[in-house]
Amino acid sequence: MQIRLHVNGDAHDLDLDPRTSLLDALRHHLGLTGTKKGCDHGQCGACTVLMDGRRINACLTLACMADDVQITTIEGLGTPDRLSPLQQQFLDHDGFQCGYCTPGQICSATGMLEEIAAGWPSHVSDNLEGPFAPSHAEIAERMSGNLCRCAAYTHIVAAIQQAAMAGSQREDAA
Amino acid sequence: MREFTYLRANSVADVPAGATIIAGGTNLLDLMKLEVMAPDALVDITRLDLNRIEPHEGGLRIGALVRNSDLAADPVVRRDYPVLSRALLAGASGQLRNMATTGGNLMQRTRCPYFYDRRMACNKRDPGTGCAAQGGVTRHHAILGASDRCIATYPGDMAVALLALDAVVQIDGPAPREVPLADFHLLPGETPHVETVLKPGEVITGVTLPAPVGGEQRYRKVRDRASYAFALVSIAAVIRMEQGQISHAALAFGGVAAKPWRDGDAEAVLLGREPSDALFAQAADILLKPARAFGDHAFKIPLLRRTLMATLRDATGLEATA
Ligand SMILES: Cc1cc2nc3c(=O)[nH]c(=O)nc-3n(C[C@H](O)[C@H](O)[C@H](O)COP(=O)(O)OP(=O)(O)OC[C@H]3O[C@@H](n4cnc5c(N)ncnc54)[C@H](O)[C@@H]3O)c2cc1C
Ligand code: SF4
Ligand code: FES
Ligand code: FES
Repeated sequence: MQIRLHVNGDAHDLDLDPRTSLLDALRHHLGLTGTKKGCDHGQCGACTVLMDGRRINACLTLACMADDVQITTIEGLGTPDRLSPLQQQFLDHDGFQCGYCTPGQICSATGMLEEIAAGWPSHVSDNLEGPFAPSHAEIAERMSGNLCRCAAYTHIVAAIQQAAMAGSQREDAA
Repeated sequence: MREFTYLRANSVADVPAGATIIAGGTNLLDLMKLEVMAPDALVDITRLDLNRIEPHEGGLRIGALVRNSDLAADPVVRRDYPVLSRALLAGASGQLRNMATTGGNLMQRTRCPYFYDRRMACNKRDPGTGCAAQGGVTRHHAILGASDRCIATYPGDMAVALLALDAVVQIDGPAPREVPLADFHLLPGETPHVETVLKPGEVITGVTLPAPVGGEQRYRKVRDRASYAFALVSIAAVIRMEQGQISHAALAFGGVAAKPWRDGDAEAVLLGREPSDALFAQAADILLKPARAFGDHAFKIPLLRRTLMATLRDATGLEATA
C-alpha cells in the first residue's frame, strides 16, 4: 500500500506491505539504520523513536498507522558536528560500550526529559503532583524500558542527569 | 506475520464485525508476529474521536483511545483517582505507556508463556488441545477462579485500579451497552478462549468512573524486577476511615486470576471496624479460602496474604505489630 512517512522533517512516499513495522520501514526502506532492532517485541527499547515528540517503540508500530505524524530518529536529533545535548553527554560520560542500545537510549531520554518537564509523575515519585527532579531513582525508573546488554547503566544515568541539569540551567538563564 | 488487509475506521459504524481492532498495537502486533493471533483484517481505530477525558455524572469519562501515559498524568485523575495513576505508572515502560490505550489495555491477553509458544498445547489459543502450563512453569499463573482447562491470569495493572473504583465499560455496536468492569472479564470455565463479554463488531468506546470517593488509595505491585515487569500479585486499595473505623473498603487484586479479582465478603468484614492485624487476617482468610495453587506458584497464596496485610496497614495508618 502507498504511504507517506514524515521522518526528521522530510516526507517519503513508500509502497509497503501493510505488515511492515515502522522500525523496518526506517531501516530497510529509508536506510535510517541508526534505529536498532533488539527484540522486535517491545521489550528492549533499542527501536525507540519520537512520534510527534513522544517516545515510542517502532517495532510495535505499523508503518501504515504512522502516516500523519512527525517521526524523529537518532539521525534527526543531531549530526556528528552538531550533537544534541544528550548525545554530547553520552560521549562525555562514556554512556555506552558496544553502542547498540545507544540510539534508543538517547531517543528515549530525549522524550523522557520532556515528560519530566511536563510534570509527569513516575512509579517512584513520592507524590503525584510534582515537580519531579531528575534524581538517580527517577531516571532509572523512567528509563526502565531501555535495556543495555553491556550494563552501561551507571554512565547512562550520569549522562542523562548532566543533560537534565544543563537543560534546566539554560532555562533559568533564559 | 500472516497477511492481513488494513482498513482505517472513521467512525464506530465503520468497524466491520469480522475485523480485528488495532489501537496502540503493543499487544496485538506482538502476538501477530508470533502468529498466536492471525487476523485476516485489521481495522485501525486510532483516528476515532475517543481520546478525551471529560467530566461525567459527577465522575469521569475516559475515552477508549486515551493513552496510558496521558491518563496517568491527567490532573483530575492524579487528584481524585490516584490509585489509577499509580497502577498505570506501575505498568510497562514509558514508551509503551505512550502507545497503549485504555481499550487495548482492558483487552490485553494473558502472558502465559505456553499461550505465546505455538508448539505448546493451549486451550486458550487452540481450544481443545490441552493446557501445557499445568505441570510446567506457573510463576505467573492463577490461584483464584481457575479451571482445569486454563490457569492463566489477566496480566494488566490499570484494570485492577479501575475495578476498585467501580468503573463501567462503555460499548458501542449493533446494541450499545454499558457493562460494569466487574462483569467485563470472564473466568475460564470450559471456554478459556472467551475472555470478555465483548462480541464481534463491538467496540469499547470508553470507561466511566463514579464520583470520587476520596480516602487513602494505594496500588501495591509485587514483581520479579523493580520496574518493567508484570505483577506476581498486585492490590488496588481504596480505604476511607471515619472516627477510627473503616467506612469504605474497595480491594481489587491483579495477577491472581483470569480477571481483576474482587471479593465483597473480604471487604464487608472490614466495614465499621477498627483496623487491626487480627481484622486484616480475617479479610485475608476470606479472600484466600477458595485459593488453589496448581504447581510452583503455591508461594503466591502466602504472598497475597502478606501483601494484603501490608497494604491495609499502610492505608489505615496502622503500624505493623508483627
Ligand atoms: C514488554 C511489555 C511489558 C508490558 N508490561 C505491562 C505491565 O507491567 N502492566 C500492564 O498492565 N501492561 C503491560 N504491558 C501490556 C500493555 O499495557 C498492553 O499491550 C497495552 O495496554 C495494550 O493496549 P494497545 O492499545 O496497545 O492494544 P492493542 O495491541 O492495539 O490491542 C490489544 C487488544 O485489544 C483489542 N482492542 C483495542 N482497542 C479496542 C477497543 N477500543 N475496543 C475493542 N477492542 C479493542 C484489540 O483488538 C486487541 O485484541 C506490557 C507490554 C509489553 C510489550
Ligand atoms: S494456562 Fe491457559 S493460556 Fe496457559 S497454556 Fe494453559 S490454557 Fe493456555
Ligand atoms: S526492538 Fe523494539 S523494543 Fe526491542
Ligand atoms: S552499550 Fe552495549 S547494549 Fe548498551
